[in-house]
Amino acid sequence: MNEQSGVIVKVSGPLVVAHGIPDARMYEMVYVGNKRLFGEIIEIKRDNASIQVYEDTSGIGPGEPVFSTGMPLSVELGPGLIGSIYDGIQRPLDVLRGKYGNFVTRGLFETALRRDKKWMITPLLKVGEEVQGGDIIGEVEETPLIKHKILIPPDIKGTVSFVAKSGEYTVDEVVLKVKTSYGEQGIRLYQKWPVRIPRPVNERIAPDKLLITGQRVIDAFFPIAKGGTACIPGPFGSGKTVVQHQLSKWADADIIVFIGCGERGNEMTDVLMEFPELKDPRTGRPLMERTILIANTSNMPVAAREASVFTGITIAEYYRDMGYSVALMADSTSRWAEAMREMSGRLEEMPGEEGYPAYLASRVASFYERAGRVIILGRENKEATLSVIGAVSPPGGDLSDPVVQATLRTVRVFWSLDASLAYARHFPAIQWLRSYSLYADFLSDFYKENMGEDWVDIRTKAMGILRKESELQEMVRLVGIDALSSSDRIVMETARSIREDFLQQNAFLPEDTYSSLKKQYRMMKLIDLFDILAHDGLKNGVELEEILSLPVRVEISRAKVIPEDNLEEFNKIEVNIRNSFKRLLKEVKNG
Amino acid sequence: MAKEYITTREIAGPLIIVDQVEKATYNEIVEIKLGDGSIKRGQVLEVDHDRALVQVFEGTSGLNLGDTKVRFLGRGVELGVASSILGRVFDGSGRPIDGLPPIVPDSKLDINGSPLNPYARDYPSEFIQTGISSIDGLNTLVRGQKLPIFSGSGLPHEKIAAQIARQAKVLGAQEKFAVIFVAMGINFEEANYFIQSFKESGAIERSVMFLNLGGDPVIERIATPRFGLTAAEYLAFELGMQVLVIMTDMTNYCEALREISAARKEVPGRRGYPGYMYTDLATIYERAGRIKGKSGSITQIPILTMPEDDKTHPIPDLTGYITEGQIFLSRTLNQQGIYPPIDVMPSLSRLKDKGIGKGKTREDHADVLNQLFAAYARGRESRELATVLGESALTPSDLLFVKFADEFEDKFVRQDILEDRTIEQTLDIGWKLLAILPIEELKRIRPQFIDKYLKLFIKKEGGVSAS
Repeated sequence: MNEQSGVIVKVSGPLVVAHGIPDARMYEMVYVGNKRLFGEIIEIKRDNASIQVYEDTSGIGPGEPVFSTGMPLSVELGPGLIGSIYDGIQRPLDVLRGKYGNFVTRGLFETALRRDKKWMITPLLKVGEEVQGGDIIGEVEETPLIKHKILIPPDIKGTVSFVAKSGEYTVDEVVLKVKTSYGEQGIRLYQKWPVRIPRPVNERIAPDKLLITGQRVIDAFFPIAKGGTACIPGPFGSGKTVVQHQLSKWADADIIVFIGCGERGNEMTDVLMEFPELKDPRTGRPLMERTILIANTSNMPVAAREASVFTGITIAEYYRDMGYSVALMADSTSRWAEAMREMSGRLEEMPGEEGYPAYLASRVASFYERAGRVIILGRENKEATLSVIGAVSPPGGDLSDPVVQATLRTVRVFWSLDASLAYARHFPAIQWLRSYSLYADFLSDFYKENMGEDWVDIRTKAMGILRKESELQEMVRLVGIDALSSSDRIVMETARSIREDFLQQNAFLPEDTYSSLKKQYRMMKLIDLFDILAHDGLKNGVELEEILSLPVRVEISRAKVIPEDNLEEFNKIEVNIRNSFKRLLKEVKNG
Repeated sequence: MAKEYITTREIAGPLIIVDQVEKATYNEIVEIKLGDGSIKRGQVLEVDHDRALVQVFEGTSGLNLGDTKVRFLGRGVELGVASSILGRVFDGSGRPIDGLPPIVPDSKLDINGSPLNPYARDYPSEFIQTGISSIDGLNTLVRGQKLPIFSGSGLPHEKIAAQIARQAKVLGAQEKFAVIFVAMGINFEEANYFIQSFKESGAIERSVMFLNLGGDPVIERIATPRFGLTAAEYLAFELGMQVLVIMTDMTNYCEALREISAARKEVPGRRGYPGYMYTDLATIYERAGRIKGKSGSITQIPILTMPEDDKTHPIPDLTGYITEGQIFLSRTLNQQGIYPPIDVMPSLSRLKDKGIGKGKTREDHADVLNQLFAAYARGRESRELATVLGESALTPSDLLFVKFADEFEDKFVRQDILEDRTIEQTLDIGWKLLAILPIEELKRIRPQFIDKYLKLFIKKEGGVSAS
């Protein structure tokens, strides 16, 4: 494929130094050693190039050859991506297993997209038409859920000189030719794109729609917009991964890209086994038909882990360029940062904080910057979004960790996971006082339209109650619960109800795992109604104990398991609440 | 015959540097012959031009520059495996120390293994009954899981691990199973406790031991767990056995890793541990699991002692990020004389959800589990409040929760070291305790289970008269 161009002089774990690669370029792909391991040039000093190798370098030594490719690390973009599982450098893990067995040994190579599969396409363009990057050549039905739009690559502009007939083609066949200023270019069903370069867009615009996740604490309190960025830092065991899985299951995006970056193998297996079984709540199709998985688990080579987030986000951008709303989950960006740290250490760079390289923050920022709501390339000026949600795993859950801090400076939503909530099995363990969303205000029109005119007020009130609760708890800790006034006791009880009956959500209970906005609204309304009537009751002489022992409170607490298709149940509970208080008031009147 | 090099130029800590080497490769194993004829083994950590950096497993004592002869063997570290390794005892470098002849290997396997393709994994979902309520009921272990014990010095982790090894079974299954015991830097008495316990239960016939004790070479500890796991992979995926791997003490392993890192003058991460410790630990822990289409499995129970009981220390911290939960031992419970002193609140089994419920344990398991956790958390919170303000500051319902928490520790967590509870017994104890609480507080349990189970226990409680 290419001849020898350099010689290895040094091997230190995943870092290999080679001498004499002609015209070596930064981020060029190379094959290392007789086993032809995948690598990428990350530093050039005179005649020596440092290469990070994406596979285990055991048994490789000085004197062995290095082969250059002249290409930067790129991914293949075309039909067949959806439903696949790739490693960090886009090798298809399912194909590798079928061909080479259960363990990923070295020097294996398979193309990311199958070359033998044919796709039906009817090209929409005509000879003589002027085209530019992003224009649609035609559509391929990739899955029953997703129409894959075959696009003119971003860097091509010119006149169509050939159009293939409607028919079935493999990804490798030329379906269109374009005369450009630098010659005629054949366009196939797939294109390649270097992972470290963001795919271009026409224009970036501010997000204005909620990414509905069905997770109450997120949708109602700390929303992420379509095209937004969010991070979930938390210590181990606080439920980062469950939240990420929940979002990839239920978020109302068209395409989900899930990157398992340096995490557990079994978690990827969980996704792989569960997603084909789960149905998309909007379309009823298996979730796998809109999902792409990148799995570089913790025991797989560390350099490929560094590449995996770029591989993932480039694929996500590609679907965004078709006009879809895409959501990308990266679990966990800390492992990515650690991979950077490891390579940086081996390059003997001057370390910054905690041994991380000095460019940590800028790398993190440029990764999240690839998210956004945009006007895509192409003549149609369509809108599309790419939302990015990154988990962060700080050591000991310490938020002063450099990765957390670098991430917080760039993302707009912060879901702070709390170990003590997790210990009490309050899930999702998103701490309501520390978390924030800078999108909440942007979205108030959306909320008014989709949840209810009064939603913004109810939400503000609920947050106020939770804040008040934490103040009151301080007081209780000092002087005991008896020192609280009855109305403060109601505040405490309402806060408890918000926490237990609304914020807590059981990801493993079918009735509770996903709540529509309508249901979220009705649930919060119940709690709010009880709160209003309780305060009102107190004013009118009802005893606190009587209110607290109302049996209707059990009904409120069980409202979360009301199925989506039976929301009239809420009317009944509302009536019960009103009647309960009417009865109490009557008893007071009657003495 | 490979060349013998007498060009050792530098000896520092566990490392030596050999010059003018031809064709050394990364991770290659070397044999080092001392002046007195004795032989040590080592591994190449880095090759730079013709200079090789070698870590010596048995330590560098006795080496000098003049007489040391180094041979590069052209292969990685290997373990010879055969079904006859069952019942055998090896040292930390895989050499037999039980006085029996060496194994006649069926094949030789590189101890570093290869990463398991995530696509080839089968999700662990078979419930393992350990007979310990706080594990089975609340932090359920499943086959193929890696569930470490986070302990502290002086806590009875070896008793718990041995009890698990003794009692662990998959309900209704009659399969071949094996125990691999990996000792890293622990003392003789602790290792001996395991050996005796295996002997008493007859498990010794089905076990393989790799012992690197406190007095054995420190650097050898880097390889010891890999020998154990290579044997485990062979037994599980070639011979189809259910393998339980107990590794103790991971803290000593990490310290050996730090020693090498320091000797290499690497940029240290937190508390001097190398920045790649996460990745290194992952290459050990991720070797647990199951493979689609294979009947065998590897379940890991690593033990680590948290320095100063601090779970934010890098060793437990990084471990917790890789393993699928943890069993947390509590000094307070231990001081109260409660065995096993498992603190269920910070303990966790990430894989429990797929291993419990109808057909696996019992339909009400998930609900009972959630409710026990929530109630115990609230009880502990109230109990703390009571120690500050006195019991009079608590509401009547808080007092009930305090009572619940006390009873929970006494009846649910506490059990005898020989007591092997079935999952039904465990769940029934849970219901009995929940019956202490008013029914409207049982929010985590679905009404149909309250109807079906709770009544049973309230009645019983009345009949037998509550304690």
